[in-house]
Amino acid sequence: MAKDSYTDFVNTGFGKKITKALGLPQPARLRRYRPQAPVIEGPVVLLGSSGVTDALADRLLGWELDVRRHVGPREKIAAVIAVFDSAHSPAELSQTVLALGGLLKQLRPSGRVITLFRSPDQTEDPAARAARKGVEGITRSLAHELRAGGTANGLVLQEDLDPSAPSVAAALRFLLSGRSAFVSGQFITVDSVNGILPEDWALPLAGQVAVVTGAARGIGAAIAGTLHRDGAQVIAVDIPDAGEQLAAVANDVSGTALQLDITADDAAERILTHAQQHYGRLDIVVHNAGITRDKLLANMDPSRWDSVIAVNVESQLRMNRTFLNSELFNRAEDTVGPRIVSLASTSGIAGNRGQTNYAASKSGVIGMVSASSAQLQARHGTINAVAPGFIETEMTAKIPFATREVARRLNSLNQGGLPEDVAETIAYLASPAAAGTSGLTLRVCGQNLIGA
Amino acid sequence: MAETVRDAVIIGGNRIPFARAHGAYAKASNQDMLTSALNGLVARFGLQGQQLGAVAGGAVMKHSKNFNLVRESVLGTPLDPKTPAYDVQMACATGTEAIGSLANKIKLGQIDSAIGGGVDSISDAPIVVTDELRSILMEANRAKTMGQRLKALAKIRPGHLAPQAPDTGEPRTGLSMGEHMAVTAHQWEISRQEQDELAVASHQNLAAAYDEGFFDDLVTPFKGLSRDNNMRADSSIEKLAKLSPVFGRDLGDAATMTAANSTPLTDGASAVLLGSEEWADSHDLPKLANFVDYEQGAVDFVDGAEGLLMAPAYAAARMLKRNGLTFQDFEYFEIHEAFASTVLAQMKAWESEEFCKNKLGLDAPLGSIDRSRLNVTGSSLAAGHPFAATGGRIIAALAKLLHGKPGKLGFISVCAAGGQGITAIIEGR
Repeated sequence: MAKDSYTDFVNTGFGKKITKALGLPQPARLRRYRPQAPVIEGPVVLLGSSGVTDALADRLLGWELDVRRHVGPREKIAAVIAVFDSAHSPAELSQTVLALGGLLKQLRPSGRVITLFRSPDQTEDPAARAARKGVEGITRSLAHELRAGGTANGLVLQEDLDPSAPSVAAALRFLLSGRSAFVSGQFITVDSVNGILPEDWALPLAGQVAVVTGAARGIGAAIAGTLHRDGAQVIAVDIPDAGEQLAAVANDVSGTALQLDITADDAAERILTHAQQHYGRLDIVVHNAGITRDKLLANMDPSRWDSVIAVNVESQLRMNRTFLNSELFNRAEDTVGPRIVSLASTSGIAGNRGQTNYAASKSGVIGMVSASSAQLQARHGTINAVAPGFIETEMTAKIPFATREVARRLNSLNQGGLPEDVAETIAYLASPAAAGTSGLTLRVCGQNLIGA
Repeated sequence: MAETVRDAVIIGGNRIPFARAHGAYAKASNQDMLTSALNGLVARFGLQGQQLGAVAGGAVMKHSKNFNLVRESVLGTPLDPKTPAYDVQMACATGTEAIGSLANKIKLGQIDSAIGGGVDSISDAPIVVTDELRSILMEANRAKTMGQRLKALAKIRPGHLAPQAPDTGEPRTGLSMGEHMAVTAHQWEISRQEQDELAVASHQNLAAAYDEGFFDDLVTPFKGLSRDNNMRADSSIEKLAKLSPVFGRDLGDAATMTAANSTPLTDGASAVLLGSEEWADSHDLPKLANFVDYEQGAVDFVDGAEGLLMAPAYAAARMLKRNGLTFQDFEYFEIHEAFASTVLAQMKAWESEEFCKNKLGLDAPLGSIDRSRLNVTGSSLAAGHPFAATGGRIIAALAKLLHGKPGKLGFISVCAAGGQGITAIIEGR
């Protein structure tokens, strides 16, 4: 991973002075998740008045947070949650949004703004939908406006969803905590009351068995580590050639290593056999394995095109069919069934020069996820995608210095994310508590300016 | 006390790819390689933090500083450090002996789980100083005064400084293993053609097994190598026929042994996980095969009464008799290819009425071995032969072949320096 020397420099006293004077980007040290740390430190201000606000207050108080309706003019605050669910027209947004604006200067570093509203798609009333879409605009613009590692994200509730649903709690906790350090300007939708809250929030994946493909290095290794930290038993999968690093990852996470090529016809069967033998269950599949074979389309050759499509999306489609037809992956417990999380990419959303093949595969993943959601939800399960932006990995360390430096700063947090940031989002989406969220592609990109 | 012995189950194995000496693993030590093989096994079966009954193995080419090679290797893995470990050495039969004796301990109920294996490095072999220099250095070490020490050291002559690399020659005959085998091959009239055919089959079988993914759960890459680098998938009789003999050259035109039908010097390591049935079940581990029995043998090769590498021919006869079995009862045969002619000479001996009657004391020959059942996923001619690691390679691969074939038997033969050898039986489940 390439060292981000600029961020180091900005975060020294002298560096801060110089870069501020020159008007250069100010990347902050982001607050990241630690299992023993509180969800968030400092007052959490709840704005808006409705039954939803009361339900959220109860939830946050249950987590022993310092929940406020009002704060003094000089008091530092950790987060603001602005509830807009009673706005029936854009004009009704002003009271809450202006109150929110008044608090932004009191926000601590790595502060959080969470907007909460009902799904715009689920009202046919033009004024109501305009109001709801308006909140999207507010959230995205705020994400650009915030400084010092602050993020703004939206929590979108299905029309009649009970705000005390487990997945509302899971999303709130994710967004407030350091798990979402590199997620900004994004929206998490909760569609159903499915989901079970963990007995211990430090072990949200306790008792779960997860398979992670491409686990030998980079983001895959971070996913394996994060799922293990959250309590899951991990089957680490990678191609036989990557076996030495794969064994090291499996040993680090007290899991098992399974060497196989995911494009093989029997890949899913072999994963199921392994899971059955060693754990007797399989709850979570993380399709992380992926390759790039960049070339301008004008110069594209069949092997570059076909291999990227085969590894990045066809393998996932084939394996999902087998998983969903298996008994092992379909054991629903109460309101939680199997969960799949796939790696997409911001290239799949915005496109990228020289990556027609990669972008096709990653857009394909986004399509696969939305089209498979109903199938998974019928089993009380979920399927979601995570689209990383610029992440500091061995792969991005190979990008030439100047290009890398520009790519790093082109987001609202002015820095690259870490593999752990992607892993935290995957762990959240894979958790039994998040079973009410499905079909989503969640970006972990620091609100990348590309493809927004 | 237990009245009957219980099954010793082969759960699985792991090895690093074998590398021709002074190549990919030139800078790896025995301990590095064995630790890597153990780490891969731990990762495959999720053994992190487990306290096993014992880990046994060894190396043929070993530094004296590695007196606790296996224990030191275990301490470098995520296994519970309370796992006992010890070194075993029986030349090329080291791995098989380690695994066989661990299986016996499991059968007797002394331990519930074990790892057996071995490692060898020619690239990191111990270099020894001459006996004269060693004696002078020891004298200087014993000296009580500076004067005595200088006096002792003054005896060193330039000729003392030449290091002595280890060789694989037999101390009692001065002949290399290859030269010994050349004599035996000549006696049994093993043709060049037969030897080359066996070598080609070994390469082709090994390459096909890799391509089928057979080794996906038997091999973990090491130092950038993911397949045995001695393997030549494009090996052919025509190519091999061009090579000149390297052993038995005093036989002139009758010399048959080339670099291709003899194993190269190789670096590598292997490990096999064993357990009782209960242990395997309680740890959710697969049960590939049972380790049924094994037999050691030795022959009097010094005066030429028998070929150096013929001991397995004798051990096999005793082992089959004890178990009431014949060759016809076996599904697969794994005969270690020290040299192609070793395999062919053993098989000819078992087919020979005279040998079986006079040497083995049998009424009838043991009979022939179906070639389609022999070394079906390749053997040492293709994979290479890091002496102590070969047993683990064979046992893990054969156990996998027999998995899902309950009751089907596999036969193993491994010859060893010093006129020794081991044969073993495993049974699929």
